[in-house]
Order: sequence, then structure tokens, then C-alpha cells
Amino acid sequence: MSRTLWILAVLLSHWRRHPMQLATLLIGLISATALWSGVQALNQQARDSYDRAAATFGGARTAMLVARDGTTFPQQLFVDFRRAGWPVSPVLEGRVQIGGRSFRLLGIEPVTLPAEVGNAPAIGRAGLQSFMTPPGETLVAPEMLSDLDLPQGARPAATSSMVLPPLRVQPQLVPGVLVVDIGIAQRLLDRPDQVSRLLIGKSGAGRAALETIAGDRLRLVEPTAESDLERLTDSFHLNLTAFGLLSFFVGLFIVNSAIGLAFEQRRPMLRTLRACGVSARMLNTVLVLELVSLALLAGAVGLVCGYFIAASLLPDVAASLRGLYGAQIPGELTLKPEWWIAGLVIGVIGALAAATASFAKAIRLPVLAAAQPQAWQQAQHRWLIWQGAFALVVLAVAAGFLWFGDSLISGFAVLAALLLGAALGLPVILEWVLSLSQRSAGRPLAVWFWADSRQQLSGLSLALMALLLALAVNVGVGTMVESFSRTFTSWLDGRLAADVYINASSDAQAAEIKAWLGERPEVEAILPGGRAEAQIGGAPVEILGLADHATYRDRWPLLQSSANAWDRLHRGDAGFISEQLSRRLKLTLGDRIDVPASGGNWTLEVVGIYADYGNPKGQIAVNFAALTRRFPGIPLTRLGLRVAPAAIPALISGLQDKFGLDGNNLLDQATLKAESTRIFNRTFAVTSALNAFTLGVAGIALLTSLLTLSNSRLPQLAPLWAIGITRRRLAVIELLKTLSVALITTLLALPLGLLVAWCLIAVVNVKAFGWRLPFNVFPLQLLELLGVAMAAALLAALLPVIKLARMQPTSLIKIFADER
Amino acid sequence: MNDKRLISRRAFASSVALLGLGRRSALAQSFAGLGIDGEGFATVMPGKVFAFPADHGPHPDYRIEWWYVTANLADSKGTAYGAQWTLFRQAMRAGAQAQGWANQQIWMGHAAVTRADTHRYSETFARGGVGQAGVEAEPYRAWIDSWEMRGLDAMSDTTLAPLEIKASGADFRYLLRLDTDRALVLEGDAGYSRKSERGQASYYYSQPYFRASGSVTLDGMPVQVTGQAWMDREWSSQPLASDQTGWDWFSLHLNDREKLMLYRMRQSDGHDYLSGNWISKEGKSEQIFPADIKMMPMASTDIAGRKLPTSWRIEIPARGMAIESIPLNAKSWMGTSFPYWEGPISFSGSHTGLGYLEMTGY
Amino acid sequence: MTPGNATVLSVRNLAKTYRSAGEQIAVLRGVDLSIAAGERVALTGESGSGKSTLLHLIAGLDRADSGEIRLADTLLSDLADAGRAALRRDRLGLVFQQFNLIPSLDVRDNLAFQSRIAGRHDAGWHAELVERLGLGDLLGRYPEQLSGGQQQKVAIGRALAVKPLLLLADEPTGNLDEATADAVLALTRDLVARTGCGFLMVTHSTRLAATLDRQLHLSAGVIA
Repeated sequence: MSRTLWILAVLLSHWRRHPMQLATLLIGLISATALWSGVQALNQQARDSYDRAAATFGGARTAMLVARDGTTFPQQLFVDFRRAGWPVSPVLEGRVQIGGRSFRLLGIEPVTLPAEVGNAPAIGRAGLQSFMTPPGETLVAPEMLSDLDLPQGARPAATSSMVLPPLRVQPQLVPGVLVVDIGIAQRLLDRPDQVSRLLIGKSGAGRAALETIAGDRLRLVEPTAESDLERLTDSFHLNLTAFGLLSFFVGLFIVNSAIGLAFEQRRPMLRTLRACGVSARMLNTVLVLELVSLALLAGAVGLVCGYFIAASLLPDVAASLRGLYGAQIPGELTLKPEWWIAGLVIGVIGALAAATASFAKAIRLPVLAAAQPQAWQQAQHRWLIWQGAFALVVLAVAAGFLWFGDSLISGFAVLAALLLGAALGLPVILEWVLSLSQRSAGRPLAVWFWADSRQQLSGLSLALMALLLALAVNVGVGTMVESFSRTFTSWLDGRLAADVYINASSDAQAAEIKAWLGERPEVEAILPGGRAEAQIGGAPVEILGLADHATYRDRWPLLQSSANAWDRLHRGDAGFISEQLSRRLKLTLGDRIDVPASGGNWTLEVVGIYADYGNPKGQIAVNFAALTRRFPGIPLTRLGLRVAPAAIPALISGLQDKFGLDGNNLLDQATLKAESTRIFNRTFAVTSALNAFTLGVAGIALLTSLLTLSNSRLPQLAPLWAIGITRRRLAVIELLKTLSVALITTLLALPLGLLVAWCLIAVVNVKAFGWRLPFNVFPLQLLELLGVAMAAALLAALLPVIKLARMQPTSLIKIFADER
Repeated sequence: MNDKRLISRRAFASSVALLGLGRRSALAQSFAGLGIDGEGFATVMPGKVFAFPADHGPHPDYRIEWWYVTANLADSKGTAYGAQWTLFRQAMRAGAQAQGWANQQIWMGHAAVTRADTHRYSETFARGGVGQAGVEAEPYRAWIDSWEMRGLDAMSDTTLAPLEIKASGADFRYLLRLDTDRALVLEGDAGYSRKSERGQASYYYSQPYFRASGSVTLDGMPVQVTGQAWMDREWSSQPLASDQTGWDWFSLHLNDREKLMLYRMRQSDGHDYLSGNWISKEGKSEQIFPADIKMMPMASTDIAGRKLPTSWRIEIPARGMAIESIPLNAKSWMGTSFPYWEGPISFSGSHTGLGYLEMTGY
Repeated sequence: MTPGNATVLSVRNLAKTYRSAGEQIAVLRGVDLSIAAGERVALTGESGSGKSTLLHLIAGLDRADSGEIRLADTLLSDLADAGRAALRRDRLGLVFQQFNLIPSLDVRDNLAFQSRIAGRHDAGWHAELVERLGLGDLLGRYPEQLSGGQQQKVAIGRALAVKPLLLLADEPTGNLDEATADAVLALTRDLVARTGCGFLMVTHSTRLAATLDRQLHLSAGVIA
């Protein structure tokens, strides 16, 4: 043991003499683990809350019966099913307002609730009785208490002046959900003897057929292994994971170059150790031990950094997920021990992978110094040819995925293969460009300039590859976000056609409001709206009722439409479908779609396709009057108003005073637009932050490569100094060399980035979200990034160059004299 | 209040199981908590005059109540079967009956089928007020989910026959018709059944004369069966005295016309309370007093980590009785929320016949 | 050679052939050699005569084609890599022309590390070596801060710190000027005498070879 420690101490002494190299290695390991584990923490946090949501009394994990028309149904059906042998349990779901905020209210029946319905709250002996017996209890997630700023046992007032049962914390619940006894829920939601769905337990004997009990009123929904939220948010998390993976690899690039350099420098030391009686096996073991220790150390630091990255990004992620998918993620980061272990393991595995080449060399290291590697240049050339060929193969794979792939994963595979192929091809292209320059150069110093750049290439190529990747991804993501942002803004302008939006608390109130508004001259039009939900092709689809009014005809943005589309809509046998739905169901203009409605299927001809950004559900827009005929049960509480702009504030305050509507139920267009834009911006805040992190890591990779190179470059520079080129001039030449390869790399990164952007817009977005954006190029953005890249290269090159400019002549003499 | 503390057969099972709902920690709690007074509930007093059909229906003023049928059956080849059909009612609180989901009654059903080589059981729960479970006296109907006991056309209130009972679980089902022309039997002292020296009691009547016929299905294979069945009806308000740990309960068909009901309430002080009723050929129910009964456990069986005395020796010298009983299936274990042993037995000695045994608190 | 002293190294009929560019070059063709404890032997020969090869074979750094090498009572060909490494670590001291110090260790640690790894560190002996080699003022310095002669002293100190059975030196003064070379060699002779180990030095200098007890000449693959 002490022998191992002594060998380890000898190996580690190298780092003490080369702290910069150690820093490089650690920075590489830390940045690899930090971003990766940060992203994992975010994903884990989100998935945990989806699990909790899915397990909340009949999420997607439970089979259930629901009404065909998506409305509530009489609880007598519950009794009928029980009497027919079905192990069902009723749930009533609705929304209540507390302090102006809307929450999901779930009424459950704990006595029949199937034991296998996830982590149903443990309502114990005393709990069961107090939960069911008036005043009952309102079970909430712990986060809800602070959210509502109420203590346990408080009884907040809900809509229509009813008071909720006392709050009681139930840790298994998700935030945003209130759970009460079904009887209490029926009173709170004013739905006497009505239920929303019947959860089906797994136990049970023979049951009668569904139709014999409920006719065609109810429909069986099979459980899915994946929750709705998981499916919807998959693309979002895949996006995060892709970024985490990218920075992980960029970090490993740094690790690889640091370890490679350290190995080269320690080669004599390893030989001496072998000569002094350390066996090859022992030496390799201790080398691995050294790396694993460093990886664990850096991994631990990286995990702490990852924690802070995740914690700082979490609010944005949570806001995005809430805005995009309605998913509730607690704002406080909780991490399981598995996360820490997984982070360390991935760090160690990554470090070992990055060090594979060096280890392979160490294992083959002969004790006796072999002859100097001859024809180094030739070997490099051969290697470049192989690498170039491999790059072409990878690019061909990318093309294959693009051509044959039809999924989000294949979309990311296209991206990954494209980036990998480009990165592998980079040294080949650089070599080609540099040798071209060398041949065209006239003056001897210029020839040397290019030739020396070429020789430097092998040491820099990993860092340049990292730079290429980071830049390309930046260009790609930046272009996509900008395209999306512009499209979204103009789309929002058309989509928010009304000036004021009202959501009344009940149909009766809506009627009152309508009557009141009818007498106001400043109201130019009242546009009633309504929404029904249906299940089409195994997924929920919204059916949106549009009033037949010039406002919509003039402003509602359609991507494609048939002739007389709006007239067809008015007739009630046609509808517009959202882009997402058209892609999912592969429907185009003129196709027909069957909507399950209460009075039988409603067949609609597709006469228009419209963009519906940010909506995870498919949507069908139909005429409002036709919708209310087909779905008589839907609430008629939504109203849009056309109002002269000057009269809006007065009208809003009038509505507030008269009907007690608050900011959630009464919005003007500007507020709604601002809110939508805010959600949109937060969605991409995470992407931008990760983008910046990745670029930063690539910058570090470049800096560390240049720093490590600068030492080994001195012997090449010393002769030049000796023949009379000043240190200052040498420094400038060095700087120019670095900047020129960085410039070539950046110029290559720009078209690659646009290709990435195209992939994101035309492949990934379409698969992930179901919408396709117009592809725009933003030259200013590209120019800006070019500037940033050059600044990063300059910054990275500056330190070693300054060191060179300030170097004492004696050091150069010493290097020149030293035969090494 | 001590003399008004009441204890009833099976109260133990129903109360604990209902309130525990499968939570072991809660079970222990409730076990300890059931000694509380039945405050606000009606109390059981001697001298009640039973009125039928009204008393076939529920008595919501009392805390607990059940409808209990056990049947000793055999198929055409002589293979013996047992069947159990039980509906428990418990009120969460006293007072006027609330409507709909606010109703304070909770119902629990247990059903089982036993054969020498297998024992199948099922359990289900329901809240009152919405129709998922309940009992109506006229026309007679007791149900929970798809399980049902109902009076057929021309059911007589004095015989509680003919009846049809059905129940099913994941791996069994049965449908039986119960018939008799003999009148109901009041247990204890004219239906007032004492459960301890301190006076705990319940209202208790039986119909031990049912002839049963129908079908029992195990694993999808129906068999026609016939035999005899016994129904118990009991209600009370105070579940358990603090020192009573469980009971051993027998219902025995001595022959076509003579029946015996017998129980031992085990107490932690070792002074078990034994009682029973001998129902004569004429249908006369006579109490048997503690001093006249000897109940001795013989062989025991290990089930679910417990030791249960599944074979017994019973002596009632005054009636010339000395019998030994053995179970049809020693593993007739009801692994329900509150677990207990319940299954068909046979006995021989001075008398020979079939019956049912229930053992709780082991 | 003092008769009766134990033989620390005995080489019998050793042969080694290299393959290079399809050609077979027989470097050693049956070398016989033995060294007793305390004996100091010089091995001379032309460049490429196989001096270094013989030294490397004895050190277990390379394997012979045939013949045997016996260190005290251990037959080298019986040992696998780990065994030969242990033998080098515990029983041999190696000194090279290029010093081969560990650049990231200071003089103190360079002197000590082989004995530490071998588990044979002896503080008294260590101190004596430092004193005899005159390294007392240089202990905190790193190899790059030392002159060639100082570096070679450290290397010799490191090799002797384990009190080896046999000290092997390959042109130890090749990189040193004549005066330094003489001084270093004189010191080495004294220390070898002090430890009583055998000493085999490869050199192309007959002048230096003459200062040792016995001179062997390798020519055409055999010791003349």
C-alpha cells in the first residue's frame, strides 16, 4: 500500500511543478461534470414532479372511464359500474380560484380508491374519518402552503364565496392541486351528484361489458406507461440533455488534451520509474488510480457547480414548463443521493474515456527509450486521411438519418452526426487551407508562418474542434430562437384578435355580462368563444369555437386555406386544424376528420391549417354556433370584445366593479400579449444560458490548449529568435497564427451553424413541437458571433504570447542550448 | 357505564378493518382505540321485542351491524365446500343520517369459498348514501358492489326465506339459493346476547335451518352444490372491552333439526367468557351457561406467522355432548385488512355433523 | 577480487539478436561474466558492440535469447515482468548517461524514492549518502537547477540508497567534463567499497576503465 502511495506521490509531483496543466485538467473535468449534472438535476426534478402528478389519483398511469363528450356524468354510473363488478372509484375534477389564482381541485373517494393508484395519500385511521367527515380536509403539497402563504389548518375562501376545508399537507402531492373528498368537491364546484371520471383498479372478478352498463356514454382510457406530461415535455428535456451532452464532450476534449500533454511530459518519468523497479502493471494501476482520484475530486466540485447551475436555471425551466405544458415543478431543487453518485460515476467514466489513448500508450511504453519517432509529419498525414475518411462516413450517416429518420431521436442523431462529422473533418480542412497558404506564400518568414501553423495543428485541433462545435451550436440555436421569436410575435399579433378577453365564472354571469355590454356603445362587437375537449387518435384535442365575425376573417392567421374557408366554417361542416394536429394525423386540406361529440361523430372537412405555437395539444377551430350545437354541455363563459382602444381602460374598470372580475378573468390584449411574450422569452432563457455556458467551456478549451502548447513551442521559436527576430515580433507572429486558425475555424462554423439551425427548424422542431418555422438568416447575429469568437481566441492567445514577449533572453538561450 | 359496555361478535373485524384501510400502523392504533364508549349511539338493553321485517334492515343508530351467512356444501361426488357471505356496517359517528357522500355509514363485504385444497376470499368497501352498498328490509335486499343477498318472490319475514346470495372474487364466484320453512331463532336470552361477565351484549338472531343449493365456481369451473347454511344477524354499539383479545366461534349443524351456537371470548386475564345456545328439534333456543361448556384447543396450524388452534374438543356434559372438530381446510385464512380464520369444519364423537368456525385475535 | 567473496552476478553463454529492416544482427554471441561482492568492473567496447545491451539484459530491462543471468541466487529468466521489476527495485542500482532524474521531484525526494518504493528506506544511510555526495546544500533544488555532475551524483545516490547487490552504470560520465567525471567516478568507487556491492560500469573510455579493479572488453559479441 505504501509502495502504491509513494508511486502516486511521484506521479502527482508532476502536477505540483505544472499547476497550470493541473488546472486545465481539473477545469475540463469540472466543466464536463458541472453542466451535465446540472442538466440532469433539472431533468430529474421535472421528472419527479411529473411522476407525482401522474400518480395523483388517476393520472395517466391508471386506466379510467371518462365521458365521451369530455364532460362530467352522473355518479349513479359509478354505482352501476360497482354493482356490475367493476372496481371503479369516482373522481370529480375542476378548478377553483384562491386569491385570484386558479388551482386544480380533485374530489376523490378514499374508500374505493384503488390501492395501486400511485402513491395515494396515506389517509390513516384518524385521517380517513376527518377527511370524509365535514368539514373534511384539503390535502395539498407542502409547497402549496408557502405558495398560498397560509398555515396548515387554514381555510381559504374559494370561488363563489365557499370556504375550503382546512388545509393539510400531504408530501406526495404535486403543487397546484387541492384534494378533497368527492362530496365536498361536488359542493365546491357546484356539480351535485356528478363525477369527471372513474378510476379502474386492477383487482376484481368478472365484469359486465362496458356498453351494457353505460351505453356509449363512457369511454375506456387505457393507462400509459408514460404520463402525458412526460410525453409532452420529452422534447424539452431532450433539448436540455443535448446541451448537457455537448458541454460534457467539450469538457472531455479539454481533459483529453490535458492528459495527453501530461503523458508526453511524464514519459521520461514513467521510464525512470520502470527502470527503478516499478512493474508495468503497478505503474498502470497507479496511473488509473491517479486519474480516478482527480476525476472524483473534480467531479465533486463539478457537482457542486452543477447544483448551482441547476438551481439558477430552475426558475426559468419551471416557468417554461408551466407556460408550455402546464407542468408544475417545485421551485426548490431537491436532489437524491443517486444524482451525486451518477454524477461522479459519469465524471470518472468520462475521464477514463478521455485518457484511453494516453493509457494505451503507457501500457505499451517500452522501458528503454525507443528510436525517435521518424517521419512524424508522414504519420500525421496518414492519420489525417483516415480521420477525413471517417468524417465523411459520419456525414453520410447524418444524411442517412435525415433521409430515413422520422422521429425526434433521429432528428438529434442528424445533428449529432453532422456536428461530429464536421468536427472530425475540421483538422483535414485546416491542414488543406494551411498547406495551400504555405504554397502560395512567397517570403521565407511567411512560408515558415504557415508551415509552423500546420505543425501546431495537431496540438490545437481538439480545442479547435471544441470551438467549432460550440460556435456552430450557438449559431444554430441563435438562429432558431430568433426565427421563432419573430414568427411568434407576428403570429401573436394576428391571433389575439379581440381587444379585451373575459372569462366569466359561470354561464349565468356570462349572460349578465353580455347584456350589460350590449348597452355600451364603445363595445363594437362581442365575440363569444368556447372550448370543448375530445380524444382523437389517442390524444386530447381542443375544439375551439370562433364567432363568425370580420375580426377573425380579417386577422386570424392561416398557413393554408381552401377557397371560401370562412364561409365553409360558418356552415358547420368544416374546420381549421392546427399545424401540430395536421402533422400528427397527417391531414391536409380537403381531408376529413371525425370528432367524437355527444350526438355521435361530427365529420369536418379540413379547410384551413393554422399555426398554434406553444400548444402541446392539437386543436381544431370551428364555428362557435356549430360547436355549441354539437357540444351543448360546454361552458359559455369566454367572451372576446372589440373595443375602441381609448375606451378599454374605462371598460375594464367598469367590468371589474360591476362583476368582480379580477386579473385572471379579465385581460386586455396588450397584457395578454406581454404575458405570452414573457413566457416565450423564459422558455428560451434556459437555452441561451446553456448556450453561453457551452461557448465559455469551448473558450477555456482553446485557452488551455494554447497554454500547454506555448511551453513546447519555445524550442521552435528559440532558433528564430537566435537568427534575429525580436521577441515582440515573435509574439505578434504567434498571435496572428492563433487568430488565423481561429478565424478559419469560425468561418467554417458559420455555415455549419446555419445547417444546424436548419436541422433544428426543419427536423427537430417539427418532430418535437409539431410546428415548422420559416428559416431566416440573421447576418448581424452571425457577425456578432464572429466577433465574440475572435475575441475569445484573442483572449486565449494573449496570455501565452505575453509570456513569450516578456521572456528573458537567457531562457531562450537555455532552451536553444538544451538539446532535449 | 361499565355495564353498558357492549361487545359483539365480529365487531372487532369490521371496525378495525374499516378504519385501518390496509394501514398496519393504523390497525394497531384502532385495536387500542376500540375500547371507547359508544357515546351518542343507541345501547343494547335486554327485553327488546324483535319486529320483522323491520329488524332485517339496518339499525343505523347502533355503531356496528352485520349480515352473515356461512354454508356447508357438497357437490354430486361428495366433495365438500364452504361458502361465506358477510356484509358489515359501521357508523363513523352517531346522529341523524346524512345524505349522499356525507352519509356516515361505511360498509365492508367479505366473501370466501373453501375446499379441502384451497381457500379463496375477497374483500370490498363502500360508503353509504350513494347506493354502492346498503340493506333494505322490504323488499329484502343487502348488497355491496356486485355481491348481493336478496329475498326472492314470496319471501317470508318470519323465515327469511327463500333467499339468493351471490359474490365473486378474482378467482371464485358463487350463487346460492337458501330455503327453509322454519322460523328464525333468537340467540342468547330472547335475542339479547351477553358477551362478558360485565354485561357487554348485542342483539342477535339467526336462521340456522337454510337448505342451500346452487353453484360454486373456482378458476372458471362451475360445480353444482347442495348443503345447509346458517345466517347470523347482529348489531351493537360498543365494539370491544379493553381486556378481550379475540374469540373462537362455532355454528354447528348437529343434524337436520338440532343446532348449536357456541363461543369463547378470550380475555387477557385468562377468565374466558363462554356461552352458547342449543336449538332443539322444536326450534326452541336454550341458553347454555358458561359453567356448562368446555372448549379445548387440540392441534394447531401455523398460518401467516401465527399459531391457530384449528382442531377442538368441545364438551357440554349437561347435553351429553363430547365432540372433536377438525377443519375442512386448516388454511382457511382470511388475509383481509383485518385478518382472521373462518372456515368449514366437521365433528364427530357423541354427535356428528358439519359447521363453521371463526377465530379472531390470533 | 578478493577470493572467497560471494558471486553477485554470473552470466553464462548469453546471446541476443536484434531484427532490423529484415536483417538479423547478433549483438551478443555467448557472453560469460561474473562479478563478486565488492568487485568493481569496467566493460569497454566499440560503439554498437553491445555493451549497453548486455547491461540492459543484466538489469532485466530486456530479455536474452539464450544463456543465463544469475543475480546472487536468482535466475533472471525464471522471472516475469513483475518479478524482474521487484529485483531491480530491491537488489539493483541503475545509473544512466542521461541521469534520468524525476524532474518534478527535488533532490531529497529523487534520492529517496527508489528506497521508499522498495520499502528499504534507511534514514541513517540516506544522511550518510547526502553527506558523502556533498548534496547537503542542494536538497531542496530540482534537477533542472543542478549541473550535470550534481545530477549524476543524485542519480548515484538514488541507486545506492537501496543498498543494492549490484550497481550498474551505463556511461555514467558520458555527459560530464573530464574533471567532473573523475570526481564523480572516484566518489562512486568509494561508495561501492563502503556498501560492498558489485559494480559494473559500461564506458568507452579506457582511461576511466583503468581506475576500476578489472577491465573487460566486448568485441564481436564476446568478452575477450
